Amino acid sequence: MAPAVILLLGWMLVPLTATLYFSFKKYLPLRGDSLENGLEWVGFQNYTRFVGSSSFWPSVQTTLIIVGSVLVITVILGVLLALLLDQPMWGQGIVRILIISPFFVMPTVSGLVWKNMFMDPINGILAHLFRFFGAEPLQWLSQASLQSIVLIVSWQWLPFATLILLTAIQSLDSEQLEASEMDGAPALSRFWHIILPHLGRAITVVILIQTIFLLSVFAEIFVTTAGAFGTKTLTYLIFQRVLESQNVGLGSAGGVYAIILANIVAIFLMRIVGKNLDR
Amino acid sequence: MARATTKTRKAVVTIAAWMIGLTIFFPILWTILTSFKTEGQAINDPPLFFFFDWTLENYAIVQERSNYMRFLWNSIIIAGGSTVLGIIIAVPAAWSMAFVPSKRTKDILLWMLSTKMLPAVGVLYPIYLMFIKLGLLDTRIGLVIVLMLINMPIIVWMLYTYFREIPAEILEAARMDGASLRSEILYVLTPMAIPGIASTLLLNFILAWNEAFWTLNLTAAKAAPLTAFIASYSSPEGLFFAKLSAASTMAIAPILILGWFSQKQLVRGLTFGAVK
Amino acid sequence: MGQIVLNKVQKKFDDVEVIPPLDLTIEDGEFAVFVGPSGCGKSTLLRLIAGLEDVTSGSIQINGRESSDIPPAKRGLSMVFQSYALYPHMSVRKNIAFPLRMAKLDKAEIKSRVENAAAVLNLTDYLDRRPGQLSGGQRQRVAIGRAIVREPSAFLFDEPLSNLDAALRVGMRLEISELHKRLDTTMVYVTHDQVEAMTMADKIVVLNAGVIEQVGSPLDLYHNPKNTFVAGFIGSPKMNLMTGEVAEKAGAQTLGVRPEHIAVSDSAGEWSGVVGVSEHLGSDSFFHIHETGLAETITVRADGEVNFKHGDQIFLTPRTDMMHKFDGGGNRIV
Repeated sequence: MAPAVILLLGWMLVPLTATLYFSFKKYLPLRGDSLENGLEWVGFQNYTRFVGSSSFWPSVQTTLIIVGSVLVITVILGVLLALLLDQPMWGQGIVRILIISPFFVMPTVSGLVWKNMFMDPINGILAHLFRFFGAEPLQWLSQASLQSIVLIVSWQWLPFATLILLTAIQSLDSEQLEASEMDGAPALSRFWHIILPHLGRAITVVILIQTIFLLSVFAEIFVTTAGAFGTKTLTYLIFQRVLESQNVGLGSAGGVYAIILANIVAIFLMRIVGKNLDR
Repeated sequence: MARATTKTRKAVVTIAAWMIGLTIFFPILWTILTSFKTEGQAINDPPLFFFFDWTLENYAIVQERSNYMRFLWNSIIIAGGSTVLGIIIAVPAAWSMAFVPSKRTKDILLWMLSTKMLPAVGVLYPIYLMFIKLGLLDTRIGLVIVLMLINMPIIVWMLYTYFREIPAEILEAARMDGASLRSEILYVLTPMAIPGIASTLLLNFILAWNEAFWTLNLTAAKAAPLTAFIASYSSPEGLFFAKLSAASTMAIAPILILGWFSQKQLVRGLTFGAVK
Repeated sequence: MGQIVLNKVQKKFDDVEVIPPLDLTIEDGEFAVFVGPSGCGKSTLLRLIAGLEDVTSGSIQINGRESSDIPPAKRGLSMVFQSYALYPHMSVRKNIAFPLRMAKLDKAEIKSRVENAAAVLNLTDYLDRRPGQLSGGQRQRVAIGRAIVREPSAFLFDEPLSNLDAALRVGMRLEISELHKRLDTTMVYVTHDQVEAMTMADKIVVLNAGVIEQVGSPLDLYHNPKNTFVAGFIGSPKMNLMTGEVAEKAGAQTLGVRPEHIAVSDSAGEWSGVVGVSEHLGSDSFFHIHETGLAETITVRADGEVNFKHGDQIFLTPRTDMMHKFDGGGNRIV
């Protein structure tokens, strides 16, 4: 296993060390700072400035709201949809294909399509729909910006959750359900006591994989609001500091914060997953 | 449940499922439909569904303005290259974890997965600098390496779960039958693991194809894949729905079709062994 | 040519000793059965012989050749696994041919040997199917076919019948016994089923917690169990083991008598009790007797026609020459 482990270790450690190094330096490439001329040591100044900026806490909050809401929405809707799809029906194969499709759409495309063709306040489909019912069309990406992002991202990840949960439901031993039916358990308690616990592992996997990808949601914001209207996640804030304002020191300090946040989430998740994946 | 369900029940379920399925699929359908309209029809109020003058002019315009084939080719090379390279490196790792497990195997696996949680943005600038130094910025080989590395944990994890499903007794039988390690791998393991390797390949191809952080930040023109191609339509061309739709359709069609054909294997791969 | 000698063979997993040093000799051509409850180390012992596990210490000689450091394939043994372990991507023909291909035999030789084995095992019609298309019994035969084509000096069987249903199991049991008679090759067979052990073995090795409790022919074990464990394990239904006054009178701590060695009567006998559950097999009847003052339940066998009802008073007379006496350590008093 050595090559894979060493490569990953290098991939993790080298840039991490560099980020740590930059985070203690004043590094503004546009103002002539460069590695060759030596960088000025500024101690924890970047760190205090990054936290001190008025955008910091809102961005952490935004990140957690997006991750949390998308997880809740996709898991709950995923379970319901999986239950529905598990029933006998005509054309199940085609319905599966319809539902899995958003997973294949690249984030930049789904961001743009939703932004323009659906959420455009004049020509978007949703605007047409609102007007049809006599309501004033919503300025989605400015008035309900965060909700819009959550909607777009949930749309992308719902297929993933649904199909994993569907596979899990289909693997449930039908004798178990029949036994509980014989025991007189009504449908709802069958769901609570048998189906839901059976889905535990699958839900864990859904949460784990989605969290990994959701923490770094980027393109959807990049092409829709570009971080405006309270949709600036931590990732996006750092991106702006580093690439837009070209303040590498400050951005690197932000990167370290992001890594810490991700690690807190990771430790939580790994605990649960480690436990849940034991056989 | 193996029991006779009433026709009505089945009909209700079918209608509900189809409605939900079509709703979820609608944005994609709408994009494809719009790509065949004129700009005027695209913003018509009320929206036009099927009865409009189908036209291919948007595709022609998009192709003329931005060289689609180059982006497509870049996407194929980057996604394909990183996936194949990743699998070549990951197979021995997954192999030894599955068949010669030690006490630390699970820890290493979880650690690998946790590296995926490291926010890319945190290390963007060092990588950016390194790429400039090494002359990798805006090259396909640079992106192949980066995407291989970010997807490596998923590849190892998936292969590991597939390999673990191969019963140890079969390998022991091969050993008893006189197979050397080489023939054991060649004649017994590999043929049995092919479905798993294939679905790992597929999933990672899709993930790499759709990756939109590194591909946007580490390319400019030469090596830009389809994610960048479409991002260039964010404004102000985004207001031209028909052209945006044509570009979007061109960007997602290859992977959408690939995904449809292989969704069964994909779903199995996606469950990461958590679901039997 | 198929003699297997274990000399002070010991096996530890990490620090847990699963098999304390043991000695055992399996003679050429013998059908040896390792039997014991699950977790007694019988499969581990078989895997040590196969070479799938390494011995911690001690030596294994196969055909007089020191083999504990030789890789499995070079030991000249074939193994049939519990799960059959067929290669799912190969046809039956290829499965059976695999060991020959590995041994680099020429094509004509492989073909004739495979067809030979298939004929012996009634598999000729299935040669081009995949294992997935076969029934459990047919898969088992393919696994055996793969084992016999190599013409090994000994066969190893690891609970080969436990995945089959009862009727098939009896049939396969006979087939394996017949195969042994015909090939006259050493076979080492692991099972937890004492009926399989009794019916097939030349030599039974009773294992408990990694220790050999007794080695002997089926009837030897039946008539002269060395201790209470073997007494209770061999024979069906189980031997009645009694403690207390009745045992002390006989000069033992525990007194054993098999259900088939107790005569029943409705009028007179040495012991008395009340009939609990009766099981009628047609050929035999088994009665579970309570309130005897000897043990919680005494099981007796009677002819199929004998009939007692639940709650009937019953009298029992044991055959004194068939009583087994054990001391405080559970060992047989000779």
